Amino acid sequence: MHDFTVHHPQSLQETLILLDRFGDAAQLIAGGTALMNFMKQSLLLPEHIINLQRVQGLQHIQSTKDEVRIGAMVKHREIEKSNLIQNEVPILASTYRRVATIRIRNMATIGGGLAHADPAQDPPSTLVALNARIRIASISGERTISIMDLFQNYYENSLMPGEMITEVIIPSMHSDTKSTYLKFLPRTADDYATVSVSLIATLNENIVRDVRIGLGAVAPTPIRATIAEETLKGHAISDELIQQASNSVAQQVDPLDDFRGSADYKRDMAIVFTKRALQQVLQGPS
Amino acid sequence: MTKQDALHPLQLRINGENYQLNVPANRTLVDVLRHDIGLTGTKETCSVGVCGACTVLVDGEMIASCITLAVTVFNAEITTIEGLDKDGPLHPVQESFINNGGFQCGACTSGQVLAAKSLLDHNPTPSEIEIKEWMMGNLCRCTGYYQIIESVVKAVASTRHHDNPNA
Repeated sequence: MHDFTVHHPQSLQETLILLDRFGDAAQLIAGGTALMNFMKQSLLLPEHIINLQRVQGLQHIQSTKDEVRIGAMVKHREIEKSNLIQNEVPILASTYRRVATIRIRNMATIGGGLAHADPAQDPPSTLVALNARIRIASISGERTISIMDLFQNYYENSLMPGEMITEVIIPSMHSDTKSTYLKFLPRTADDYATVSVSLIATLNENIVRDVRIGLGAVAPTPIRATIAEETLKGHAISDELIQQASNSVAQQVDPLDDFRGSADYKRDMAIVFTKRALQQVLQGPS
Repeated sequence: MTKQDALHPLQLRINGENYQLNVPANRTLVDVLRHDIGLTGTKETCSVGVCGACTVLVDGEMIASCITLAVTVFNAEITTIEGLDKDGPLHPVQESFINNGGFQCGACTSGQVLAAKSLLDHNPTPSEIEIKEWMMGNLCRCTGYYQIIESVVKAVASTRHHDNPNA
Protein backbone atom coordinates (compact mmCIF):
# COMPACT_ATOMS: atom_id res chain seq x y z
CA MET A 1 0.00 0.00 0.00
CA HIS A 2 0.98 3.63 -0.54
CA ASP A 3 2.26 5.82 2.26
CA PHE A 4 -0.16 7.92 4.29
CA THR A 5 -0.59 9.68 7.59
CA VAL A 6 -3.06 8.35 10.15
CA HIS A 7 -4.99 10.60 12.53
CA HIS A 8 -6.84 9.41 15.63
CA PRO A 9 -9.47 11.98 16.60
CA GLN A 10 -11.37 11.37 19.84
CA SER A 11 -14.46 13.45 19.12
CA LEU A 12 -16.77 14.22 16.21
CA GLN A 13 -15.72 17.88 16.29
CA GLU A 14 -12.04 16.92 16.03
CA THR A 15 -12.88 14.59 13.13
CA LEU A 16 -14.79 17.29 11.26
CA ILE A 17 -11.93 19.77 11.69
CA LEU A 18 -9.51 17.22 10.18
CA LEU A 19 -11.94 16.47 7.33
CA ASP A 20 -12.33 20.18 6.64
CA ARG A 21 -8.58 20.72 6.65
CA PHE A 22 -7.68 17.81 4.35
CA GLY A 23 -10.76 17.65 2.10
CA ASP A 24 -10.35 15.22 -0.77
CA ALA A 25 -6.87 14.25 0.43
CA ALA A 26 -8.43 12.42 3.39
CA GLN A 27 -10.44 9.23 3.73
CA LEU A 28 -12.23 8.15 6.87
CA ILE A 29 -11.57 4.61 8.05
CA ALA A 30 -14.30 2.88 10.06
CA GLY A 31 -14.18 -0.94 9.85
CA GLY A 32 -11.76 -0.72 6.93
CA THR A 33 -13.17 -3.71 5.03
CA ALA A 34 -13.87 -1.65 1.90
CA LEU A 35 -11.22 1.07 2.17
CA MET A 36 -8.35 -1.36 2.77
CA ASN A 37 -9.17 -3.34 -0.36
CA PHE A 38 -9.54 -0.15 -2.42
CA MET A 39 -6.16 1.05 -1.18
CA LYS A 40 -4.52 -2.33 -1.77
CA GLN A 41 -5.67 -2.11 -5.38
CA SER A 42 -4.54 1.56 -5.61
CA LEU A 43 -8.12 2.61 -6.41
CA LEU A 44 -7.90 5.16 -3.60
CA LEU A 45 -4.65 6.81 -2.55
CA PRO A 46 -5.52 9.18 0.32
CA GLU A 47 -2.65 11.12 1.87
CA HIS A 48 -4.50 11.23 5.17
CA ILE A 49 -6.52 8.56 6.90
CA ILE A 50 -8.78 9.62 9.72
CA ASN A 51 -9.46 6.74 12.08
CA LEU A 52 -13.00 6.85 13.50
CA GLN A 53 -12.58 4.00 15.94
CA ARG A 54 -11.75 6.19 18.94
CA VAL A 55 -14.44 8.79 18.24
CA GLN A 56 -17.04 8.97 20.99
CA GLY A 57 -20.76 9.23 20.23
CA LEU A 58 -21.11 7.15 17.06
CA GLN A 59 -21.77 3.74 18.67
CA HIS A 60 -25.40 3.93 19.81
CA ILE A 61 -28.49 1.91 18.97
CA GLN A 62 -31.49 3.77 20.41
CA SER A 63 -35.20 3.84 19.87
CA THR A 64 -37.92 6.37 20.46
CA LYS A 65 -41.63 5.95 19.83
CA ASP A 66 -41.27 6.75 16.13
CA GLU A 67 -37.81 5.73 15.07
CA VAL A 68 -34.64 3.75 15.65
CA ARG A 69 -31.33 5.58 15.54
CA ILE A 70 -28.07 3.77 14.80
CA GLY A 71 -24.69 5.47 15.18
CA ALA A 72 -22.45 5.37 12.12
CA MET A 73 -19.78 3.26 13.85
CA VAL A 74 -22.14 0.45 14.92
CA LYS A 75 -20.85 -2.80 13.45
CA HIS A 76 -22.91 -5.09 11.22
CA ARG A 77 -22.66 -7.87 13.79
CA GLU A 78 -24.02 -5.59 16.53
CA ILE A 79 -27.06 -4.71 14.40
CA GLU A 80 -27.67 -8.38 13.62
CA LYS A 81 -27.51 -9.35 17.31
CA SER A 82 -29.26 -6.31 18.80
CA ASN A 83 -32.46 -7.27 20.64
CA LEU A 84 -33.80 -3.78 20.02
CA ILE A 85 -33.32 -4.11 16.24
CA GLN A 86 -34.61 -7.69 16.18
CA ASN A 87 -37.79 -6.55 17.93
CA GLU A 88 -38.41 -3.21 16.26
CA VAL A 89 -36.96 -3.61 12.75
CA PRO A 90 -36.58 -7.37 12.26
CA ILE A 91 -35.83 -7.11 8.53
CA LEU A 92 -32.79 -5.00 9.35
CA ALA A 93 -31.33 -7.65 11.67
CA SER A 94 -31.99 -10.40 9.13
CA THR A 95 -30.49 -8.32 6.31
CA TYR A 96 -27.28 -7.53 8.18
CA ARG A 97 -27.01 -11.20 9.08
CA ARG A 98 -26.64 -11.99 5.37
CA VAL A 99 -23.60 -9.78 4.80
CA ALA A 100 -20.38 -11.67 3.98
CA THR A 101 -19.01 -13.60 6.97
CA ILE A 102 -19.11 -13.14 10.74
CA ARG A 103 -15.51 -11.96 10.56
CA ILE A 104 -16.38 -9.15 8.15
CA ARG A 105 -19.53 -8.31 10.12
CA ASN A 106 -17.34 -7.92 13.23
CA MET A 107 -15.43 -5.20 11.37
CA ALA A 108 -17.71 -3.40 8.89
CA THR A 109 -19.88 -0.54 10.18
CA ILE A 110 -23.28 0.76 9.06
CA GLY A 111 -21.89 4.19 8.18
CA GLY A 112 -18.83 2.86 6.39
CA GLY A 113 -20.89 0.39 4.38
CA LEU A 114 -23.34 3.07 3.22
CA ALA A 115 -20.58 5.55 2.34
CA HIS A 116 -19.02 2.78 0.22
CA ALA A 117 -22.20 2.90 -1.93
CA ASP A 118 -21.83 -0.52 -3.50
CA PRO A 119 -25.30 -1.37 -4.86
CA ALA A 120 -24.65 -5.10 -4.45
CA GLN A 121 -24.38 -4.83 -0.68
CA ASP A 122 -27.25 -6.22 1.38
CA PRO A 123 -28.22 -3.31 3.66
CA PRO A 124 -28.93 -0.57 1.06
CA SER A 125 -32.01 -2.18 -0.50
CA THR A 126 -33.50 -2.86 2.93
CA LEU A 127 -32.75 0.64 4.21
CA VAL A 128 -34.28 2.05 1.02
CA ALA A 129 -37.43 0.00 1.61
CA LEU A 130 -37.46 1.20 5.23
CA ASN A 131 -37.36 4.88 4.13
CA ALA A 132 -34.25 5.40 6.24
CA ARG A 133 -32.74 8.83 6.62
CA ILE A 134 -29.04 9.59 6.81
CA ARG A 135 -27.68 12.20 9.19
CA ILE A 136 -24.63 13.98 7.83
CA ALA A 137 -22.27 16.34 9.65
CA SER A 138 -19.60 18.77 8.55
CA ILE A 139 -17.74 21.61 10.22
CA SER A 140 -20.44 24.01 9.06
CA GLY A 141 -23.41 22.06 10.40
CA GLU A 142 -25.69 19.09 9.92
CA ARG A 143 -28.24 17.89 7.42
CA THR A 144 -30.46 14.84 7.13
CA ILE A 145 -31.25 13.29 3.76
CA SER A 146 -33.36 10.44 2.48
CA ILE A 147 -31.25 7.37 1.85
CA MET A 148 -32.43 7.54 -1.78
CA ASP A 149 -30.43 10.75 -2.09
CA LEU A 150 -27.25 9.21 -0.68
CA PHE A 151 -26.51 6.85 -3.56
CA GLN A 152 -25.43 8.42 -6.84
CA ASN A 153 -23.77 5.68 -8.87
CA TYR A 154 -21.55 2.63 -8.42
CA TYR A 155 -19.36 3.44 -5.39
CA GLU A 156 -20.45 7.08 -5.51
CA ASN A 157 -22.24 8.79 -2.64
CA SER A 158 -23.55 12.34 -2.47
CA LEU A 159 -21.40 13.44 0.46
CA MET A 160 -19.52 16.69 -0.14
CA PRO A 161 -15.86 17.00 0.84
CA GLY A 162 -15.75 17.60 4.58
CA GLU A 163 -18.98 15.70 5.25
CA MET A 164 -19.46 12.40 7.03
CA ILE A 165 -22.34 10.11 7.95
CA THR A 166 -23.02 10.22 11.69
CA GLU A 167 -26.29 8.35 12.10
CA VAL A 168 -28.91 6.27 10.30
CA ILE A 169 -32.52 6.97 11.30
CA ILE A 170 -35.13 4.32 10.62
CA PRO A 171 -38.87 4.90 11.03
CA SER A 172 -40.35 2.27 13.35
CA MET A 173 -42.25 -0.55 11.67
CA HIS A 174 -45.88 -0.93 12.62
CA SER A 175 -46.57 -4.13 14.51
CA ASP A 176 -48.84 -5.37 11.71
CA THR A 177 -46.19 -4.80 9.06
CA LYS A 178 -44.67 -7.88 7.44
CA SER A 179 -41.30 -8.02 5.78
CA THR A 180 -38.70 -10.24 4.18
CA TYR A 181 -35.22 -9.97 2.72
CA LEU A 182 -34.40 -12.41 -0.07
CA LYS A 183 -30.87 -12.75 -1.41
CA PHE A 184 -30.12 -14.80 -4.50
CA LEU A 185 -26.77 -16.51 -4.06
CA PRO A 186 -25.92 -18.93 -6.88
CA ARG A 187 -22.25 -19.09 -5.91
CA THR A 188 -21.24 -19.08 -2.25
CA ALA A 189 -23.04 -18.23 0.99
CA ASP A 190 -20.70 -15.31 1.75
CA ASP A 191 -21.00 -13.69 -1.68
CA TYR A 192 -22.60 -10.43 -2.72
CA ALA A 193 -26.13 -10.92 -4.01
CA THR A 194 -26.78 -11.62 -7.67
CA VAL A 195 -30.16 -10.04 -6.98
CA SER A 196 -31.67 -9.03 -3.65
CA VAL A 197 -35.19 -8.00 -2.70
CA SER A 198 -36.31 -6.20 0.45
CA LEU A 199 -40.07 -6.19 0.90
CA ILE A 200 -42.12 -4.41 3.55
CA ALA A 201 -45.91 -4.61 3.40
CA THR A 202 -48.98 -3.84 5.44
CA LEU A 203 -52.20 -5.64 4.67
CA ASN A 204 -55.81 -4.85 5.44
CA GLU A 205 -57.56 -8.19 5.18
CA ASN A 206 -56.82 -9.14 1.57
CA ILE A 207 -55.97 -5.60 0.43
CA VAL A 208 -52.41 -4.31 0.15
CA ARG A 209 -52.54 -1.15 2.26
CA ASP A 210 -48.88 -0.21 1.89
CA VAL A 211 -45.90 -1.86 0.24
CA ARG A 212 -42.30 -0.85 -0.29
CA ILE A 213 -39.90 -2.88 -2.40
CA GLY A 214 -36.13 -2.28 -2.46
CA LEU A 215 -33.96 -4.03 -5.06
CA GLY A 216 -30.21 -4.53 -4.73
CA ALA A 217 -27.46 -5.50 -7.18
CA VAL A 218 -29.61 -4.69 -10.23
CA ALA A 219 -28.67 -1.07 -10.96
CA PRO A 220 -25.96 1.52 -10.25
CA THR A 221 -27.73 2.27 -6.98
CA PRO A 222 -30.27 0.39 -4.87
CA ILE A 223 -33.70 1.17 -6.30
CA ARG A 224 -37.35 1.17 -5.28
CA ALA A 225 -39.62 -0.95 -7.49
CA THR A 226 -42.12 1.89 -7.66
CA ILE A 227 -44.19 0.50 -10.55
CA ALA A 228 -44.69 -2.76 -8.68
CA GLU A 229 -45.58 -0.85 -5.51
CA GLU A 230 -48.25 1.20 -7.33
CA THR A 231 -49.56 -1.93 -9.04
CA LEU A 232 -50.11 -3.56 -5.64
CA LYS A 233 -51.32 -0.69 -3.47
CA GLY A 234 -55.02 -0.68 -2.75
CA HIS A 235 -55.64 -3.91 -4.61
CA ALA A 236 -56.78 -7.34 -3.49
CA ILE A 237 -54.03 -9.93 -3.44
CA SER A 238 -54.19 -12.50 -6.21
CA ASP A 239 -51.73 -14.63 -8.17
CA GLU A 240 -52.31 -12.44 -11.20
CA LEU A 241 -51.63 -9.22 -9.29
CA ILE A 242 -48.41 -10.61 -7.87
CA GLN A 243 -47.26 -11.75 -11.31
CA GLN A 244 -48.11 -8.40 -12.87
CA ALA A 245 -46.25 -6.50 -10.13
CA SER A 246 -43.23 -8.82 -10.36
CA ASN A 247 -43.03 -8.51 -14.15
CA SER A 248 -42.92 -4.72 -13.86
CA VAL A 249 -39.52 -4.73 -12.11
CA ALA A 250 -37.89 -5.71 -15.42
CA GLN A 251 -38.62 -2.16 -16.64
CA GLN A 252 -36.89 -0.59 -13.66
CA VAL A 253 -33.72 -2.64 -13.24
CA ASP A 254 -30.49 -1.90 -15.10
CA PRO A 255 -28.06 -4.66 -14.13
CA LEU A 256 -24.48 -5.28 -15.25
CA ASP A 257 -23.12 -8.41 -16.88
CA ASP A 258 -20.60 -9.91 -14.50
CA PHE A 259 -19.47 -13.24 -13.09
CA ARG A 260 -22.63 -13.43 -10.99
CA GLY A 261 -24.74 -13.55 -14.14
CA SER A 262 -25.59 -11.75 -17.37
CA ALA A 263 -27.74 -8.63 -17.31
CA ASP A 264 -30.60 -10.60 -18.91
CA TYR A 265 -30.34 -13.33 -16.30
CA LYS A 266 -30.33 -10.82 -13.44
CA ARG A 267 -33.38 -9.07 -14.94
CA ASP A 268 -35.21 -12.40 -15.00
CA MET A 269 -34.08 -13.23 -11.48
CA ALA A 270 -35.27 -9.81 -10.25
CA ILE A 271 -38.75 -10.83 -11.42
CA VAL A 272 -38.48 -14.29 -9.86
CA PHE A 273 -37.21 -13.06 -6.49
CA THR A 274 -39.70 -10.19 -6.31
CA LYS A 275 -42.45 -12.75 -6.93
CA ARG A 276 -41.13 -15.07 -4.24
CA ALA A 277 -40.89 -12.19 -1.75
CA LEU A 278 -44.44 -11.11 -2.55
CA GLN A 279 -45.79 -14.67 -2.27
CA GLN A 280 -44.04 -15.14 1.05
CA VAL A 281 -45.21 -11.86 2.60
CA LEU A 282 -48.64 -11.40 0.98
CA GLN A 283 -49.77 -15.01 0.72
CA GLY A 284 -47.76 -16.71 3.43
CA PRO A 285 -49.00 -17.57 6.93
CA SER A 286 -49.78 -14.41 8.85
CA MET B 1 -1.13 12.26 14.48
CA THR B 2 1.98 11.06 12.71
CA LYS B 3 4.13 12.60 10.03
CA GLN B 4 4.29 10.91 6.67
CA ASP B 5 7.37 8.70 6.33
CA ALA B 6 7.62 8.66 10.12
CA LEU B 7 6.99 5.54 12.09
CA HIS B 8 3.80 5.32 14.08
CA PRO B 9 4.05 4.24 17.72
CA LEU B 10 1.92 1.19 18.40
CA GLN B 11 1.15 -0.64 21.63
CA LEU B 12 -0.39 -4.07 21.26
CA ARG B 13 -1.40 -6.68 23.80
CA ILE B 14 -1.03 -10.09 22.16
CA ASN B 15 -1.61 -13.42 23.88
CA GLY B 16 -1.33 -11.68 27.26
CA GLU B 17 1.95 -9.90 26.52
CA ASN B 18 2.56 -6.22 25.82
CA TYR B 19 4.47 -5.10 22.74
CA GLN B 20 5.78 -1.57 22.04
CA LEU B 21 6.52 -1.05 18.38
CA ASN B 22 7.12 1.66 15.83
CA VAL B 23 5.58 0.75 12.50
CA PRO B 24 4.76 2.46 9.20
CA ALA B 25 1.16 3.73 9.19
CA ASN B 26 0.31 1.48 6.23
CA ARG B 27 1.30 -1.76 7.98
CA THR B 28 -1.43 -4.40 8.17
CA LEU B 29 -1.95 -6.27 11.42
CA VAL B 30 -0.93 -9.57 9.82
CA ASP B 31 2.39 -8.05 8.71
CA VAL B 32 3.05 -6.68 12.19
CA LEU B 33 2.31 -10.08 13.73
CA ARG B 34 4.41 -12.06 11.27
CA HIS B 35 7.27 -9.74 10.32
CA ASP B 36 7.67 -7.25 13.15
CA ILE B 37 6.90 -9.58 16.05
CA GLY B 38 7.72 -12.97 14.53
CA LEU B 39 4.40 -14.66 15.32
CA THR B 40 4.27 -16.51 12.01
CA GLY B 41 1.41 -18.82 13.00
CA THR B 42 -1.03 -16.33 11.46
CA LYS B 43 -1.11 -16.90 7.69
CA GLU B 44 -2.00 -14.51 4.88
CA THR B 45 -3.45 -16.12 1.80
CA CYS B 46 -6.19 -14.16 -0.06
CA SER B 47 -5.17 -10.70 1.28
CA VAL B 48 -8.68 -9.31 0.71
CA GLY B 49 -10.56 -10.48 3.82
CA VAL B 50 -12.42 -13.34 2.18
CA CYS B 51 -10.64 -16.60 3.02
CA GLY B 52 -10.28 -16.51 6.82
CA ALA B 53 -6.67 -17.74 6.96
CA CYS B 54 -5.46 -14.54 8.68
CA THR B 55 -8.16 -14.71 11.38
CA VAL B 56 -7.11 -13.45 14.79
CA LEU B 57 -9.34 -12.66 17.74
CA VAL B 58 -9.65 -9.09 18.98
CA ASP B 59 -11.31 -9.08 22.40
CA GLY B 60 -12.54 -12.56 21.54
CA GLU B 61 -14.12 -11.64 18.19
CA MET B 62 -12.80 -12.85 14.82
CA ILE B 63 -11.34 -10.26 12.49
CA ALA B 64 -9.37 -10.42 9.24
CA SER B 65 -5.86 -9.21 10.09
CA CYS B 66 -4.94 -8.78 6.39
CA ILE B 67 -7.35 -5.87 5.96
CA THR B 68 -6.82 -4.36 9.41
CA LEU B 69 -4.48 -1.39 9.70
CA ALA B 70 -2.32 -2.23 12.70
CA VAL B 71 -2.37 1.36 13.99
CA THR B 72 -6.16 1.28 14.29
CA VAL B 73 -6.01 -1.51 16.86
CA PHE B 74 -6.32 0.19 20.21
CA ASN B 75 -6.75 -0.93 23.77
CA ALA B 76 -7.60 -4.49 22.76
CA GLU B 77 -6.49 -8.02 23.58
CA ILE B 78 -5.36 -9.91 20.47
CA THR B 79 -5.30 -13.70 20.44
CA THR B 80 -3.29 -15.51 17.77
CA ILE B 81 -2.82 -19.23 17.28
CA GLU B 82 0.34 -19.02 19.39
CA GLY B 83 -1.81 -17.95 22.34
CA LEU B 84 -3.88 -21.14 22.47
CA ASP B 85 -1.26 -23.45 23.99
CA LYS B 86 0.65 -20.75 25.81
CA ASP B 87 -0.02 -22.28 29.21
CA GLY B 88 0.97 -25.80 28.20
CA PRO B 89 -1.38 -28.28 26.61
CA LEU B 90 -2.98 -27.76 23.21
CA HIS B 91 -6.47 -26.30 23.06
CA PRO B 92 -9.15 -29.02 22.68
CA VAL B 93 -9.84 -27.71 19.16
CA GLN B 94 -6.17 -28.17 18.25
CA GLU B 95 -6.17 -31.70 19.69
CA SER B 96 -9.28 -32.50 17.71
CA PHE B 97 -7.87 -31.17 14.43
CA ILE B 98 -4.84 -33.44 14.91
CA ASN B 99 -6.86 -36.49 15.90
CA ASN B 100 -9.44 -36.10 13.12
CA GLY B 101 -7.28 -35.10 10.16
CA GLY B 102 -8.65 -31.55 10.20
CA PHE B 103 -5.90 -30.19 7.99
CA GLN B 104 -3.74 -31.05 5.02
CA CYS B 105 -1.39 -28.28 3.83
CA GLY B 106 -2.03 -26.20 6.96
CA ALA B 107 -2.34 -22.76 5.34
CA CYS B 108 -5.90 -22.29 6.57
CA THR B 109 -5.51 -24.17 9.85
CA SER B 110 -4.63 -21.31 12.21
CA GLY B 111 -7.71 -19.44 11.03
CA GLN B 112 -9.91 -22.54 11.22
CA VAL B 113 -8.79 -23.31 14.77
CA LEU B 114 -9.24 -19.72 15.98
CA ALA B 115 -12.68 -19.55 14.36
CA ALA B 116 -13.67 -22.80 16.10
CA LYS B 117 -12.26 -21.58 19.43
CA SER B 118 -14.23 -18.33 19.07
CA LEU B 119 -17.38 -20.34 18.35
CA LEU B 120 -16.92 -22.54 21.43
CA ASP B 121 -16.21 -19.47 23.58
CA HIS B 122 -19.53 -17.95 22.43
CA ASN B 123 -21.51 -21.17 22.35
CA PRO B 124 -19.99 -24.22 24.08
CA THR B 125 -22.59 -26.60 22.61
CA PRO B 126 -23.18 -25.65 18.97
CA SER B 127 -25.16 -27.93 16.69
CA GLU B 128 -23.55 -29.17 13.48
CA ILE B 129 -25.56 -26.59 11.52
CA GLU B 130 -24.39 -23.82 13.83
CA ILE B 131 -20.81 -25.04 13.35
CA LYS B 132 -21.18 -24.96 9.56
CA GLU B 133 -22.74 -21.49 9.62
CA TRP B 134 -19.97 -20.17 11.86
CA MET B 135 -17.10 -21.80 9.94
CA MET B 136 -18.56 -20.82 6.54
CA GLY B 137 -16.08 -17.96 6.15
CA ASN B 138 -12.96 -20.10 6.54
CA LEU B 139 -11.93 -21.56 3.21
CA CYS B 140 -9.84 -24.72 2.78
CA ARG B 141 -8.35 -25.21 -0.70
CA CYS B 142 -7.38 -28.80 0.12
CA THR B 143 -11.16 -29.31 0.40
CA GLY B 144 -10.96 -30.95 3.78
CA TYR B 145 -14.28 -29.58 4.96
CA TYR B 146 -15.73 -32.88 6.21
CA GLN B 147 -12.74 -33.43 8.47
CA ILE B 148 -12.75 -29.81 9.60
CA ILE B 149 -16.41 -29.97 10.63
CA GLU B 150 -15.83 -33.37 12.23
CA SER B 151 -12.88 -31.92 14.14
CA VAL B 152 -15.06 -29.15 15.56
CA VAL B 153 -17.95 -31.52 16.31
CA LYS B 154 -15.59 -33.81 18.21
CA ALA B 155 -13.93 -30.89 19.99
CA VAL B 156 -17.38 -29.92 21.26
CA ALA B 157 -17.96 -33.51 22.44
CA SER B 158 -14.55 -33.65 24.14
CA THR B 159 -15.02 -30.37 25.99
CA ARG B 160 -18.48 -31.42 27.14
CA HIS B 161 -17.04 -34.67 28.38
CA HIS B 162 -14.23 -32.77 30.06
CA ASP B 163 -16.66 -30.43 31.80
CA ASN B 164 -18.82 -33.28 33.01
CA PRO B 165 -16.92 -36.57 33.23
CA ASN B 166 -20.11 -38.40 34.24
CA ALA B 167 -22.04 -37.31 31.14
